[in-house]
Amino acid sequence: MSTAQLNMQNQTAPTGREEGPELQISKEESYFRMIAGRFMKHRLAVAGLIILMIIIFMAIFAPWIAPKNPYELSGSFGAPPSSENILGTDQVGRDVLSRLIYASRVSLMVGIGAVAIYTVIGTILGAVSGYFGGWIDMLFMRVTDVFMSFPSLMVVLVVVSVLGPSLTNMIIIIGLLGWPPIARLVRGSVLSLKQMDYVKASVALGLGTPRILFLHILPNAIAPILVQATFGMAGTIIIEASLSFLGMGVQPPTASWGNMLTDAQSLTVLTDQPWLWVPPGLMIVISVLSINFIGDGLRDAIDPKSSK
Amino acid sequence: MVSYIIRRLLIAIPVLFGVTIFNFLIINMAPGNPVEMFIDPNTSPELIELRKEQLGLNAPLWIQYFKWLGNLFQGDLGFSFTTYEPVTQVVGERLGPTFLLMGTALLLGIIIAVPLGILSATKQYSFLDYFTMGVSFLGISMPTFFLGLGLIYIFALQLGWLPTGGMMTLGGDGGIADRLRHLILPAFVLSILIAGRMIRFVRASMLEILGQDYLRTARAKGLREFVVTNKHALRNALIPIITVIGLEIPFMLGGAVILEQIFQWPGMGQLTIQSIFSRDYPTLMAINYISAIVVLFSNLLTDIFYSIADPRIKYQ
Repeated sequence: MSTAQLNMQNQTAPTGREEGPELQISKEESYFRMIAGRFMKHRLAVAGLIILMIIIFMAIFAPWIAPKNPYELSGSFGAPPSSENILGTDQVGRDVLSRLIYASRVSLMVGIGAVAIYTVIGTILGAVSGYFGGWIDMLFMRVTDVFMSFPSLMVVLVVVSVLGPSLTNMIIIIGLLGWPPIARLVRGSVLSLKQMDYVKASVALGLGTPRILFLHILPNAIAPILVQATFGMAGTIIIEASLSFLGMGVQPPTASWGNMLTDAQSLTVLTDQPWLWVPPGLMIVISVLSINFIGDGLRDAIDPKSSK
Repeated sequence: MVSYIIRRLLIAIPVLFGVTIFNFLIINMAPGNPVEMFIDPNTSPELIELRKEQLGLNAPLWIQYFKWLGNLFQGDLGFSFTTYEPVTQVVGERLGPTFLLMGTALLLGIIIAVPLGILSATKQYSFLDYFTMGVSFLGISMPTFFLGLGLIYIFALQLGWLPTGGMMTLGGDGGIADRLRHLILPAFVLSILIAGRMIRFVRASMLEILGQDYLRTARAKGLREFVVTNKHALRNALIPIITVIGLEIPFMLGGAVILEQIFQWPGMGQLTIQSIFSRDYPTLMAINYISAIVVLFSNLLTDIFYSIADPRIKYQ
């Protein structure tokens, strides 16, 4: 694709329908701009991106945004929402809204941290497996099969419980166990890319294998990895919340959206104190939904055929 | 075809061994050992050492692994740390309820996802399509525990239509109607988890088929649109859906852990949580092993079934 024509109007005003002047864009910028332009047309993805930005902002500036100290115990236990505590207080008298805001840090840390770890592992294993083929490929793919045989939530739950539940352990364990889907994806991309003429040209030029693999092949496989990682982040946030909900993740007093729902397993809390469990549950749904929309938008932008 | 199946089975063997090694290593990372857990803390260190020697806990890890593997082949998974019953029996009692829950949820998921996916594809870009895709996204983004708690709150606590949990009313006769009432909520939540993912596959697969020439031929010879969609197109569109069903199994096993805990459903998921809290490692190991085997074989069956359902696929 030498040049790409795209509608600049739509980049600045994603919901606008008016036809803007068509511009020709230079070769270097075209691919990225084309994807950004297509992404911007996916309204839900743009909405998701805005919401995710707000959540990231909330997580970074939590101490300034939160009305109260999330660890401070007050005299009112399980108080309903009031002007003093906008979302009420929990059973030991901590402000629910402040805990909700601080908890966004945990979800983002696990979502970004664990996915970063397993994307790197998966990319390297998949690339090596696909490029070298033969017995290396056979061995790596069987190891991938072994890891994929365990239901992800279950195996993460068991390993975290064995090693001791904590935020760091959870990030490391999800990171070390989550790589198989990425490895398979990258392997597939590398298998088809290594047949291309430019790769053969690099080999003929006598470039080193790591250089060919990581500087020439992988950059062309990055788009689907990015999409997979985005969906992975949504899935990881749900796993973190589920583990924390079961008491096997982030430990109190640190607030996580998942462990804020733990108390709702008791029917009295569930019935009488909905302000304790509805807001954190909604926060999980909103953040995961936003990230899934972003992933969908990215996928459509990279491969417009996928959505039709 | 037969050689393909044999080859797949042969590949499954080393994977199965890998599963046992990985599983064994996980449990061996646990701090402490069974002896220290059971023996009176005042026992002298010499006696503990002697007991460990007797149980073979001082042997190198790989010898312990082969011992464990040998027992595994004889169907001996050891004894539960909490009930002292054989693990095979403890886990065996829990398989039925879990498979009942998963089977019902899978069926319900298919009943929800297939018609919605077809409608969504045939009426692409309509309101119905956007609505269905919205529901599908909500399904994959909703944590099972939140949906479960929400539905308990509405249907059990506020409306009082359905029980909050368990598999049958305590002290009741345990009749079919009673069991069904207990099954509805957990099965529905699990089916939403499945349907959310399945709708997208059905829609995408249907959209691909709908653009094909043989359907134009069917229309050209005057067949009604209903027959074209539901007889000619659907048959081919359903083939990739077999794969999706296979892929759902691990998700359902994971989802069952949380759902069974919330709904007090006496299945393998609830046993997992109980074993985690009581540090019952032999039981955990067995559960891990069984779920890995279930996943492995459902993948195998999916591939085999796929090759039977679609003769166009050639395997070397």
